[in-house]
Amino acid sequence: MKKSIAGIVMVALITGAVQAETLQIDGSTTVGPIADAFAEYFKSVYPSLDITVKKTGSGDGAAALVDGRCDIATMSRFMKPDEFAKAVSNTVLPVAHVVAMDGVCVVVHPSNPVRDLTTAQVRDIYAGRVTNWRQVGGPSVPIVVISRDTSSGTYETFEKLVMNKQPMAASVEYVNANPQAQARVRTTPGAIGYVGLGFLEGVKALQVDGVKPTRRTVANGSYPVSRPLFMFTNGYPKLGSMVHKFVAFYLTERGQELVEAKGYVPLTDY
Amino acid sequence: MSDTNLTLTLGPAAGTRRPLALTPGEDLKGYLGAHLGRALLFFITFTSVLAVLLILVFVIYRSLTFLSGYSIAEFLASRDWRPTADDPIFGALAIIVGSLYVSVAALVFAVPVGVMAAVFLSDIVSWKFRNVVKPIVEILAAIPSVAYGFFAVLVLAPWMQKHFGFNTGTNALNAAIILAVMALPTIISVAEDSLSALGRELREASYSCGATRMETILKVVIPAAHSGIIAAIVLGMMRAIGETMVVWMASGNATQIPHPWWDLSQSIRTMTATIAGEMGEAPEGSLHRGALFAVGVLLLLMTFGLNIVSEYFLSRAKKASGKS
Repeated sequence: MKKSIAGIVMVALITGAVQAETLQIDGSTTVGPIADAFAEYFKSVYPSLDITVKKTGSGDGAAALVDGRCDIATMSRFMKPDEFAKAVSNTVLPVAHVVAMDGVCVVVHPSNPVRDLTTAQVRDIYAGRVTNWRQVGGPSVPIVVISRDTSSGTYETFEKLVMNKQPMAASVEYVNANPQAQARVRTTPGAIGYVGLGFLEGVKALQVDGVKPTRRTVANGSYPVSRPLFMFTNGYPKLGSMVHKFVAFYLTERGQELVEAKGYVPLTDY
Repeated sequence: MSDTNLTLTLGPAAGTRRPLALTPGEDLKGYLGAHLGRALLFFITFTSVLAVLLILVFVIYRSLTFLSGYSIAEFLASRDWRPTADDPIFGALAIIVGSLYVSVAALVFAVPVGVMAAVFLSDIVSWKFRNVVKPIVEILAAIPSVAYGFFAVLVLAPWMQKHFGFNTGTNALNAAIILAVMALPTIISVAEDSLSALGRELREASYSCGATRMETILKVVIPAAHSGIIAAIVLGMMRAIGETMVVWMASGNATQIPHPWWDLSQSIRTMTATIAGEMGEAPEGSLHRGALFAVGVLLLLMTFGLNIVSEYFLSRAKKASGKS
């Protein structure tokens, strides 16, 4: 008797847990903080909603959406043609929602006297043609070049807008997330790296081509390394569903406040 | 069989006239119990062997698409690892060399320190001291590798930059030191167990022949425990080679072979970090994913190769000591 009651209770609990709605979000470490902020707000408004936000890189997010492992893929770059092709062959039709704008900031250690570089100089540094800060107007210190790993949307944006698809040098170090890149540059005097606009604490952002990365220069596109941040869904989500509410949240005033609080650029001048 | 009528004189059946060996007909429960039990234990043992074999088969199978569609010579000899370029190149030489550097350097640090610490604990300090220190050493083995990784990036790297004047603190030396610290508890624990298991008699016999403590340790105790010490070293080596999280954070992940080959202060990348870092973004069935599985095959080959080498040394040492 006791055993069967315990069995019934367990089954009820399990089915109860299954019936609570879940929202799986995976992808970029740049868009991650925005997704986290949205998820926190959503959890306070819809307590029965179970949201999981994973931050493993834009490439991972795209792969997860294509495989059907997530509902929303956050990406800091657009999907590549072969990702689109793979999606369509899996009958997943990716729809991009732009939720915010971001600037990829080239950062150095605070003690570094260099204040600006041209896009060409940054390209030369990352391609290995310039190896000492002395060659770009700084002290005679070897440059420690830090990049994000290849699954990162920040990496893809940097590669497209700064590197012009030129290969990076073999001696470039790779880290796997924005906070790690920030930690490396913050603790290494000769380092140069690139992070999203929300990760500038403790490091110095350089002017690129004479333009300082701020909200305004990113929003109006005058900062050369600006980019939109995406959330991809499978088709346009059903109106009124939780997925739809999540990806349309950036249009509300509260959503834009959260975007701005995280250090990104909201899309409208609310 | 059933007509061996022996009288037992000891035990509960003493005094009865009962055959020594019972046929299945006479003792069905016993017969079934013995054979089923044996089959069950065989199945359990076989499952663990099967798991290892299946992993090997799976990894090799998944890498075949890459190995048949790409030049193996280029895979093994080229230093360029550019899987996401428009024209992808999968040259694993720098990654293989990186793994070797980090593992060998870690062993160079860990083996002498580990064996000496084991000898210290078993032969030189008092029993009470050993009983306090050994559990503490074993706790070191329980620290998660991510914690070691954070320590390497946030504490050890800046320290190295400041005090050794390295350009970058996340380099081969950093990864090697952390891997040595991770392998140490394993080496110390297993080696100390095998040294203690030799017993007092061996040491007392050596002392009674007039040997000093140093001679006893070097010429009697360590050779007697050689198989346990080699096992300890092999286990430590396996830990160092297979470690992923720490090297991903601490080694800098640059796909290069250090320029003067002995310069450990330069950043390198290991096979384990490559697989862990890129598996998530490589689409299922793509050449990139096949290349990662091929790197996995190389890793397995390296591990098995090291196992075989250590078995060889073990058998040689056994022959040298006279046992067979």
